[in-house]
Amino acid sequence: MKHTISVLLQNKPGVLSRVTGLFSGRGFNIESLSVAETLDAGVSCLTLVTRGPDPIIEQITKQLHKLIDVIKVVDVGESEFVEREMALIRVKAESHTRAEVLRVIDIFRGKVVDVSPKSYAVEITGPQSKIKAVIDILKPIGIQEIVRTGTIAMARAKKS
Amino acid sequence: MKVTGAEAIVKCLEEQGVEVIFGFPGGVIIDLFDELEKSDITNVLVRHEQAAVHAADAYGRVKGEVGVALVTSGPGATNTVTGIASAYCDSIPMVVFTGQVPTGLIGNDAFQEVDIIGITRPCTKHNYLVKDPKDLAETIREAFYVARTGRPGPVLIDLPKDVVVAKAKFPEPKPVKMQTYRPTYEPHPGQIAKACKEILKAKKPVIYAGGGVIASDSNEELTELATKLNIPTTMTLMGLGGFPGTHKLSMGMLGMHGTYFANMAVSQCDLLIAVGARFDDRVTGKLADFAPHAKIIHVDIDPTSISKNVKVDIPIVADCKYALTAMNRWFDVQEDFNGKEQGEKLGPWLDEINSWKRDHPLGYVEEGDIIKPQFVVQKLHEMTNGDAIISTEVGQNQMWAAQFYHFNKPRHFLTSGGLGVMGYGFPAAIGAQMAAPDKIVIDVAGDGSIQMNIQELATARQYKCPVKIAILNNGYLGMVRQWQELFYDKRYAGTDLEVSPDFVKLAEAYGAVGLRATKVSEVEPVIKEALATDNTVFMDFVIAREEGVYPMVPAGKATTEMLLS
Repeated sequence: MKHTISVLLQNKPGVLSRVTGLFSGRGFNIESLSVAETLDAGVSCLTLVTRGPDPIIEQITKQLHKLIDVIKVVDVGESEFVEREMALIRVKAESHTRAEVLRVIDIFRGKVVDVSPKSYAVEITGPQSKIKAVIDILKPIGIQEIVRTGTIAMARAKKS
Repeated sequence: MKVTGAEAIVKCLEEQGVEVIFGFPGGVIIDLFDELEKSDITNVLVRHEQAAVHAADAYGRVKGEVGVALVTSGPGATNTVTGIASAYCDSIPMVVFTGQVPTGLIGNDAFQEVDIIGITRPCTKHNYLVKDPKDLAETIREAFYVARTGRPGPVLIDLPKDVVVAKAKFPEPKPVKMQTYRPTYEPHPGQIAKACKEILKAKKPVIYAGGGVIASDSNEELTELATKLNIPTTMTLMGLGGFPGTHKLSMGMLGMHGTYFANMAVSQCDLLIAVGARFDDRVTGKLADFAPHAKIIHVDIDPTSISKNVKVDIPIVADCKYALTAMNRWFDVQEDFNGKEQGEKLGPWLDEINSWKRDHPLGYVEEGDIIKPQFVVQKLHEMTNGDAIISTEVGQNQMWAAQFYHFNKPRHFLTSGGLGVMGYGFPAAIGAQMAAPDKIVIDVAGDGSIQMNIQELATARQYKCPVKIAILNNGYLGMVRQWQELFYDKRYAGTDLEVSPDFVKLAEAYGAVGLRATKVSEVEPVIKEALATDNTVFMDFVIAREEGVYPMVPAGKATTEMLLS
C-alpha cells in the first residue's frame, strides 16, 4: 500500500543522506521525495511516498525515528490529508493545436508560464491523479519536456 | 578562556572519565597526540587501526563504559570501519575520533582525505564532522551521551586539522539535552502488568535473553525473575553471562549452534519472554517455525527491534533493567502469588526439558591422544574456575568457547556477535586486559583468525598485557570447512591453510612465550604454564583436523532440525 510519510528533521549537512541511506541500505523503496525548510530555518520538512506491507511501513517509521537528527515522523495517511504535486510541462503548441492546449490547461486550472512560437510551458498543481490526467491528455499533442516535484502533504485540521 | 582544539578534546576526555584510549597517529592528528602525551590518559599504540577499535570495544564492554579510539585521516579512518561496524551490530558504546584534512581542503581529494562521515553513516549510531572549533566540546559531550544512552553504539567524530589547532572558548560542562533524541527507559506499567499476567498463565514459558541484559547490567534482575518463577532461560551469543551458565534453569545458548534442549524448549514453549534480544537469523533459523506455539513478550530499548522479524504480542519498549525490575515488583505485590506453587506448576515442563538435556547433552567424542577443541575449552574453564575473561575470534573457536566455557558472570565473554569479525579476539583481549589488569584474559582463537590481527603481539608486549591466546589449530578455516563437509561434498575450496607460521617461534620473535600441545596429556601442563607466566602467551593446540561444531542447525532450517554429530 502507498504511504505518505512526513518527517521533520534538523536542517544539518548530510541529514538527507541519512534518510536516503536508510532506505537504500534496508531495501525500502522511495517513490517520491520532497524537502524544504520550515518556518524555523533550523528545521526541514521532508515528505516521502513509499509503498510496502504494514510491517515494512512500521519498520520505516521506526527506523526514521531512530535517526538522531529526526524530530518527528508522521504517516500522514493515518488521517484525512491534502496532497499536492507540481509539474512543469513543455508541450508542443503549433498553430493548429495552440487553442486546444490552452483549453486543456484551463480545464485543469493550469497556468502558462513560458511561451514560444512552437510551444507552451505550463504549470499544473494537484494530487498525483490530476497530474497524471493532464499528462495523458497532453501526450497525444506532444510533450517535449516534463519536470515534476515529489508529493507534499498536510493533514487536515480537525473539523470541530 | 581560549584553548586549542587539541586541549579542548583532552579536557573533554578527562571530563568523561576516560583513562585509556587506543590509537594510531598520522599527519593531521599529531597535535592531538602531542596534547594527550601531556595528560594522564594512556594511549595504547596499536599496530593497525582495526585493532584500536576492537580493543576500545572490549575495554568498554569489560568496564561498562564508553571505549575510545583515535586514528588519523584517510587509511587510518577506513581501517576502523570493520571495528565500528562490529560495535554497531553488537550495540557497544564507543567514540571514535578520526583526523581529517583541513576544512579548506575537504572535497579536494587531498592527501589522505576520505569522506569517513559518508562511509560510516550506516554503521554508526551517529557521526559528526566538526567544522567550527567552538562546536568541538559540545559535540564531544553529545557524542559520549549518544554512545552510552538508549541502545548503545559507536559514534564517530571527524576532526579537521585546522579545528584541532585553532583556539576557541571552552564552554563549561552542562548536562546534554537533545531535542530529537530521548530514549525510553521506563516501561509502560500497563504492558508490564499484561506481560506478568501472561507469565502466570503460561505452562511452558522460556526466557530468551540477549546482549541487552549485559548492556543494561540487569543480570541480577533477570536471575531474580527466572528463579522467582522457575522459568528455564536460554541466552544468545551476546547474552552469555547475563544469566549464570551453571544454574539449573540455564539451558545455555540457543540457535544455530545452541544446545539441543534450548532449541527444543523454544520450539515447544507457550510463552517466549525475549529480553534485550533481537531475533537474529542465527537464533531463529527458519522464521515460520520459530516458537510456533508461543505468545511473545519482547523487552527492548530499541523500538525498531520489536516486531522486525517476528510478530510480538506484548511489546515493552524499555531498558531491560527497568522492565525486569518492574516485573519483579509486580509479582512481589501480588497477594495471591505463591512462588512455590508457581514453581510446582512448571514442574512437568522442567522435567521435559531435563529429559532433553539427558538425551542430548552438549558433548564430543574422545579420540585417544588426539586433542579435541572442546576439551581444551573445558580445561580452560576448569583451570580458571570459570572466572577468566574470554574473548574469541570468529568461527568454530567462537562456538566452542560459547558452548563449553559456562559463563556465570556478565562482561566476561567478548565476541563479535553480529558482524562476525575474524581478528576481533586478540585486540579485544588486549583491550580487556587494559580494563581489568588483575583478571586472567584468554583469547580462544583459530589458526586462521588469529592471523587477521596477529601484529598486535607487539602491542601486547609493549603494554605488558599478559593475555593468553589459545589457538585451536586445525590447519583449516574450520567453520567454512565444516559447511563444505556437510553441504558441498567435502570440496574444501579455499579453506586449507597449507602454510601457517610456527606460532611458538612467532611468539618468541616478539619476546612473548610460545607453548605447544599435540596430544591430550599435554593440554593441562601447557595451560598451567601459560597461566603461571606473567607475559603474553601463545598456546598452540594442535587439534583434531576435521572436528565439527554440534549441534548445528543448517542455514534456513527450523531450529528443531539439528544435526547432532
